[in-house]
Amino acid sequence: MTAMGATLVEKIIARAAGVDRVTPGDIVTCRVDLAMMHDSGGPRRVQPLLERLGRGIWDPERVVVISDHYVPAVDAESAAILDGTRKWVARHGVRHFHDMQGICHVVLPERGHLRPGMFVVGGDSHSPTGGAFGCFMFGIGATDMAGVLITGETWVTVPDTIRLDWDGALPAGVCAKDMMLHLCARLGMGGAAQQVVQYGGNTVDALPMQERMTLSNMAAELGAQCGLIEADETTVDYIRSAGGDPGDPVAWRGDDDAAVMARHRFDASTLAPQVAAPHSPANAGDVAVHEGTPVHQAYIGACTGAKLEDLRMAAAVLSGQRVAKGTRLLLAPASTRTTLAAAQDGTLATLIEAGAILMPSGCGACAGYGAGVLTEDEVCISSTARNFRGRMGAASSQVFLASPYTVAASAVTGRITDPRGFLEPGAGV
Amino acid sequence: MSSEQAPGRAWVFGDDVNTDLLAPGAYMKGPFEMLASHCLEAVDPMFAQQVQAGDMIVAGENFGIGSSREQAAQALKHLGVSAVLARSFGGIFFRNALNLGLVALTCPDSGRIRAGDRLAVDAAVGAVDNLSTGERYPCNRLPPKLLDMVRDGGLIAHLEKRQSNGKPDQDER
Ligand code: SF4
Repeated sequence: MTAMGATLVEKIIARAAGVDRVTPGDIVTCRVDLAMMHDSGGPRRVQPLLERLGRGIWDPERVVVISDHYVPAVDAESAAILDGTRKWVARHGVRHFHDMQGICHVVLPERGHLRPGMFVVGGDSHSPTGGAFGCFMFGIGATDMAGVLITGETWVTVPDTIRLDWDGALPAGVCAKDMMLHLCARLGMGGAAQQVVQYGGNTVDALPMQERMTLSNMAAELGAQCGLIEADETTVDYIRSAGGDPGDPVAWRGDDDAAVMARHRFDASTLAPQVAAPHSPANAGDVAVHEGTPVHQAYIGACTGAKLEDLRMAAAVLSGQRVAKGTRLLLAPASTRTTLAAAQDGTLATLIEAGAILMPSGCGACAGYGAGVLTEDEVCISSTARNFRGRMGAASSQVFLASPYTVAASAVTGRITDPRGFLEPGAGV
Repeated sequence: MSSEQAPGRAWVFGDDVNTDLLAPGAYMKGPFEMLASHCLEAVDPMFAQQVQAGDMIVAGENFGIGSSREQAAQALKHLGVSAVLARSFGGIFFRNALNLGLVALTCPDSGRIRAGDRLAVDAAVGAVDNLSTGERYPCNRLPPKLLDMVRDGGLIAHLEKRQSNGKPDQDER
């Protein structure tokens, strides 16, 4: 039997496990390069377990804490959670603490913490986002995290890889979010429940880093452990400009002859803007199906849909337009650096002139933690990742998921609207 | 010491048993015992009352899909379930189960098992013996280190034990 090559995830796990190679299904123990936590699932959940063992954390330099869920505090309870988070990092000597600077999945790479080939755990289900940087990053629960914090190790079952290859140029007004909603509809919420997905093809090669992050982020909606994308020049440039060290990205590519579990191919050039109806991202279809549905709220926010690229898409639609009477457009940029960059390049002015209401950088209404939640029967079109029942507020509220283009176009008309009519021919990202 | 655990009776479920069925959201805010007493009630109202210590869950594809809530695995363990055998698992549930000390094994032939069959599981070898029919089915093996962790009652209890034995956290390699 000739030895087959290894996939990217197999190479990363083998390195972290200190072995030559691993095979899908193997269970191995790995050294963790970095552990990320946020205020909701982090210190307040792991500290009781650390106390039970009377232990501190294995390497404070390898821990990043980011407060984003309860920011800024809306009541005494959330204020106490944030206060506890600040005291915890001080007590454990965690220097990498980004307090109220934006959403963890966006802030982590923005501050240069990720490097291709790293083995990273995150205390949040959208941790697959780190895969956009060629890292194996996956979400774990509080018990698991406590174990990592104490020992610096964790076990994994080596996952199979499902390749999702996209070719062709995205039409104007169509973006990574549309690709992902389409994938949710095609593959289903459990489409990759025990695997990692790896995105490739010339469409993905051409995407800027933040668009790739949207693909990796919503790998969580396919149930995947991680949404990997091999590092290239785009990755290296991003990491360098974030002040990070890209390491040796060439070493962290899968072999061409590596065995994958499945390979699906998609044509980006024929993709229409997508909208996912309540209450699942898998309820996605062409925007035409839902066009005309009135919306009370349009929400541009979350790690999925409020990075600088996302804000620029919204601005491309909203330039010279006004939000419809009776509809509100809420804008919660994914990070403080996003807000700054959008202020510097004029994007923010365009959005605010159109009537967008600027909100703090944090999880906000995405999962019902912060400002902008919905009451009974309200309808929202949102650039977030999930629309499960009651996630953004009252149980009877309805959340439609769409791209920043489509959310912006819908804000202008007050109804779910195809954004392509608002864009100059060829004006897409 | 034999690596086999004591035999238990099978409770058989189908595909896609999700974390909402295991740990219903409506009871998430109340006491944990209350949550556990509603475990799987939407598919088998008598399960939580009748399940006995050592019993095993047998299921199809995607057992434990859904949210990352640890309570899903915790509820089964609390009720005395000794192992879950399924054709496939939601990835986070599988991790949570083992970390909380609940044996979870991928068993491609789980469909051959009938409700009430007496099963003996050997996670170190990777085999399930059906004592009621005499059949033997393959399942995945758990490496010794992980099996130790599960036997000790999960990750935290395992670390506690190693610590009191004066063992280092990390093995040499
Ligand atoms: S923005 Fe939403 S999806 Fe992203 S981490 Fe926060 S709650 Fe989760």
